[in-house]
Amino acid sequence: MLRDLTIGQYYPVESVIHRLDPRTKFLGTIIFIVALFLFKTFWGFLLAGGFIVSIIALAKLPPKYVLKGMRPIIFLLLFMMIFNLLLTPGEVIGEWWIFSVTKEGIYSALFMGLRLIMLVLGSSIMTYTTTPNNLTSGMESVFGFLKVFKVPVHELAMMVSIALRFIPILMEETNKIMKAQQARGADFETGGPIKRAKALIPILVPLFVSAFRRAGELAEAMEARCYHGGDGRTKMKPLKYHKRDLVAYLVLVGIVVGEIFIP
Amino acid sequence: MVNFDKVTFEYIRRDEEGNVESINKALDEIDLDVKKGDFIAILGANGSGKSTLARHINALLTPTEGTVYIEGLDSKDEDNHLKIRQKTGMVFQNPDNQIIASLVEEDVGFGPENIGVPTKEIWERVAFALDKVGMTAYREKSPNNLSGGQKQRVAIAGILAMKPECIVLDEPTAMLDPKGRREVIETITELNKNEDITIILITHYMTEVIGADKIFVMNKGNIKLSGTPREIFKEVDLLKEYQLDVPQVTEIAHRLRQKGMNLPECVLTVDELVEALATGDRG
Repeated sequence: MLRDLTIGQYYPVESVIHRLDPRTKFLGTIIFIVALFLFKTFWGFLLAGGFIVSIIALAKLPPKYVLKGMRPIIFLLLFMMIFNLLLTPGEVIGEWWIFSVTKEGIYSALFMGLRLIMLVLGSSIMTYTTTPNNLTSGMESVFGFLKVFKVPVHELAMMVSIALRFIPILMEETNKIMKAQQARGADFETGGPIKRAKALIPILVPLFVSAFRRAGELAEAMEARCYHGGDGRTKMKPLKYHKRDLVAYLVLVGIVVGEIFIP
Repeated sequence: MVNFDKVTFEYIRRDEEGNVESINKALDEIDLDVKKGDFIAILGANGSGKSTLARHINALLTPTEGTVYIEGLDSKDEDNHLKIRQKTGMVFQNPDNQIIASLVEEDVGFGPENIGVPTKEIWERVAFALDKVGMTAYREKSPNNLSGGQKQRVAIAGILAMKPECIVLDEPTAMLDPKGRREVIETITELNKNEDITIILITHYMTEVIGADKIFVMNKGNIKLSGTPREIFKEVDLLKEYQLDVPQVTEIAHRLRQKGMNLPECVLTVDELVEALATGDRG
């Protein structure tokens, strides 16, 4: 149940994409998503699709692994496509009960579906190829301008990176608690949704208690190691742009321009 | 380098209106003097105040009464806290809850980052610290895949990278298996000998403190006994009263002596006992 949760787990291999600066990948993902909403024809889709496939190949990600990551969105995808298919007005092709399928509906369902797939693909490639720590320091730097508005950017980034570090630990703990409760006769597998939801309470209570205790101890340990917020802090791995990042930005600009001018 | 002058610390429990419900004296007029380069052990049962004492050395807690000086710096002055924490690092009991980063080397670099060490020097310090605890091979691994003893060694490296003069370890081996326990004790013993780092080890495992220069035994917020391991472990009965156990060999030798065998007053290792039994006259 909770074991299958893999939110874009980092996939460690050596590749050009892995070595790109996290800021490039973060901004690049945003640019790519914008570009996705620019095209209206099949050719535009071909360009974006070709781009994403070549990125996956460059990043040396196994296609199976990438496709497995798409599983959680299947429901949303079908839901969206069916609604688009049935509720778009236009030239009617076929009718069934109160629904009617239109030519525009088929187009719209197809394109929305493809856009959603590529949107999720694009952003998961970022998390597949960037270590959590790099990702947070990239975000810290990209959103750094918000410090002017008194947004605690460093603290937020620190929170995210600590959360990422503790996900596997808390997962393991959840499994331990579940096993302990099962050993004492708890039943998580049978019954309706309400009964199952109720069965989660004896898991969540000890999990929360232990998470808070961990948080307290971790805070103490951080304080003991001189942590005092972002002021006067240096970085062991400061972000640095390389030539490959410039190339990446140029390619992205090319994609955006292409999507705008493709018929 | 660590000086306690009549230090008292009270945990005060208040009810919802803020009235004092109960006062628990965790430390009661403690005097303590630790010299640079010493290997100190603090023994005590649960609730004896030893963890509270440890947190005073690192300025995580400050005394209710009395003064703590770390290299002459008064821990009551908040401006001194960062300096004190850099001089006296602290290793905690639970290895998981003190590792911050998702990579071993990044975790070791966390302390130096906090005190504003330049990037190039952080890398040197991380390499040095990982080498000292023998964890260089794991520098790019995730801490989640390490054993308990390895995690504690990473935690020690994290402190070492801040170039401390003293390391306080608060029951660092309580959650480890025997192998991990041995790794940690060996590591800190080497640091004490080779790097001249003052070690303050808080524990209730007697066998870990045989190599210490000086032992303090705590009970109910007081230091009841202090002296070399040999002087302390003589007091088998007194230690039992404080809910502490002497090492197994010492206990055997003690009982044999009570039965009238002619053995030295305090035996600390198996070899010593064998020697004494082989050469000593049987009374």
